[in-house]
Amino acid sequence: MKRTAAILIANPLSALGVALVALVVLSAVFADFIAPFPEHRGAVVDFANFNKAPGWPYLFGTDLVGRDLFSRVIYAYRISLMLGIVVLAIAVPIGVTIGLVAGYFGGWTEAVLMRITDVFLSIPPLVLAMSMMGLLEPTLTNGMLAVTAMWWPWYTRLVYNLTRGEKEEGYVLAAEVIGASRLHVVFREILPNCVPAVLTKMTLDLGFVILIASSLSFLGLGVQPPTPDLGSMVADGAKYLPDSWWLTVFPGMAILIAVFGFNLLGDALREILGVDQ
Amino acid sequence: MSPVVRLILKRLGISLIVLVGVSMLIFAIARVIPGDPARIALGPNASAEQVEALRERLHLDEPLPLQYAYFIADLAQGDLGVSLYTNRPVTTDIAQFLPATLELIIVAGLMMIMIGLPLGVLSARYRGAWPDNAIRIVAMLGVSAPSFVWAVILMLIFAFFLPLFPIAGRIADSFSVPSVTGFLLIDTLLAGDIRAFGNAAWHLVLPAFALALSGIGQAARLTRANMVETYDRPFIEMARSYGFPERRIANRYAFRPSLIPSLTIIGLDFAALLGNAFLVEAVFAWPGLSRYGVAVILRKDLNAIVGTVLIISAMFLIVNIVVDLLIALINPRIRLSQRS
Repeated sequence: MKRTAAILIANPLSALGVALVALVVLSAVFADFIAPFPEHRGAVVDFANFNKAPGWPYLFGTDLVGRDLFSRVIYAYRISLMLGIVVLAIAVPIGVTIGLVAGYFGGWTEAVLMRITDVFLSIPPLVLAMSMMGLLEPTLTNGMLAVTAMWWPWYTRLVYNLTRGEKEEGYVLAAEVIGASRLHVVFREILPNCVPAVLTKMTLDLGFVILIASSLSFLGLGVQPPTPDLGSMVADGAKYLPDSWWLTVFPGMAILIAVFGFNLLGDALREILGVDQ
Repeated sequence: MSPVVRLILKRLGISLIVLVGVSMLIFAIARVIPGDPARIALGPNASAEQVEALRERLHLDEPLPLQYAYFIADLAQGDLGVSLYTNRPVTTDIAQFLPATLELIIVAGLMMIMIGLPLGVLSARYRGAWPDNAIRIVAMLGVSAPSFVWAVILMLIFAFFLPLFPIAGRIADSFSVPSVTGFLLIDTLLAGDIRAFGNAAWHLVLPAFALALSGIGQAARLTRANMVETYDRPFIEMARSYGFPERRIANRYAFRPSLIPSLTIIGLDFAALLGNAFLVEAVFAWPGLSRYGVAVILRKDLNAIVGTVLIISAMFLIVNIVVDLLIALINPRIRLSQRS
């Protein structure tokens, strides 16, 4: 653990990753203390201060009803991060289990499970999530559901490929020879060896879930106002380019910073844990 | 039968099975939604009889498997039903909007290959040195923002602050081009109007680049990773000991084996292009599938949603079959292998 931390800090790029992720996570957790106008996360209006360019006390300027953009970006981080964590918490166990079972048991189980996975993988992710969101009501919960539905197959694919490799290894054969149950072999022998790859992918994906969720709300198919969301902020502001550029540029940069941070961190983890691309 | 033909037939078979699965999945999603599609389509003012008549016409009172059978029977005749939003056959709607989207995606795909792969090669050749670091950071930034953010930023810089490119649309209103294929780059050439062609191409630059950016990053990163691995192989050392110049080693010996995994990923990345096109089109007011897709989704227009998703998935599968074909042609182990 200590060694990992030391390696992370030693490389400037991974140190930047750590810093950016810390920035995002800390501002999400301590939003109530950092945001100068916490009440602006909701449906308040302050027409006296609408559409103000960045300055003091509005670091990122204000939106068209006079809400502080900086405060809203901070609270949007909280929601994006929560969404990312919930999606992965559901999608990863499902995807990993299916991948393990398909890879280890083979035969018909494998054929059926992997074809189902292929079906999900052959609808472009954003399109699948879009149509699900449209058909359900666009709420935060349904947003998580839609993104989860498109996310698990990637873990199935990853773990399936790993399992097929691991299954021929000596330690698996040894466990089978001494009569370990198939469940034991799958979850206690093979699964631990998939952990580094899954962990790396989860770090990268935390960023990508934020990216996809913001894409959905950009199209009006995600989190609904007045909940602050980076994607819908960009969509609302895009109508007022170029004069009110801050309405789009700051929320857009906020997405970039979060995803870039998780990407750098994920890449660094990949190298430290020795995971192939 | 040559091995390449056999491989393609096998892939076609699997793709067909997957496509049937896609149709079932999207059909299931469309039918489990809460609310009565007929009521939604007709609005709150329609009478109960009108709703009942529409339910009858859409077979909504039949059991689900039977509804699916009706759907497949219609599909087999190229009939995706009528859009409740435009009141036209879904196939007509899609045929109208698809070419603009396809044109954008194809140009973005070409940019992805023609910019991404060379960047990856350069990065691998100078690994550890500054060009490598610069390219890696740019590539990672490229994948780190959704394409609508890139679209907005590119538009702000290169259309507003530096008015080099048009802000929106496919072509200036002053040009009138007879529509033959729906692809403006082709239609303008067919009409022999070089200035219109230039104008259409000019309109394509920013949206296509915004759409391609994350793919460029992805392609560069993957090509680099594969080439760095290839550089450790003995045949590279051999080429070096012959005294071949670094450039030739990079372009001929290290790049070629890396091309196959890169192509596979580019094929899979097409899914991202197809999805992200919706975002870029929204920013640049591109008259493609995006506006139609979002409109029918917001109106819960079942036939149109199912049709659009089905067409997009079919395109994705076709692109990947083409990629597999390319790989089979490139890879001597497949191309030259004998029937076993």
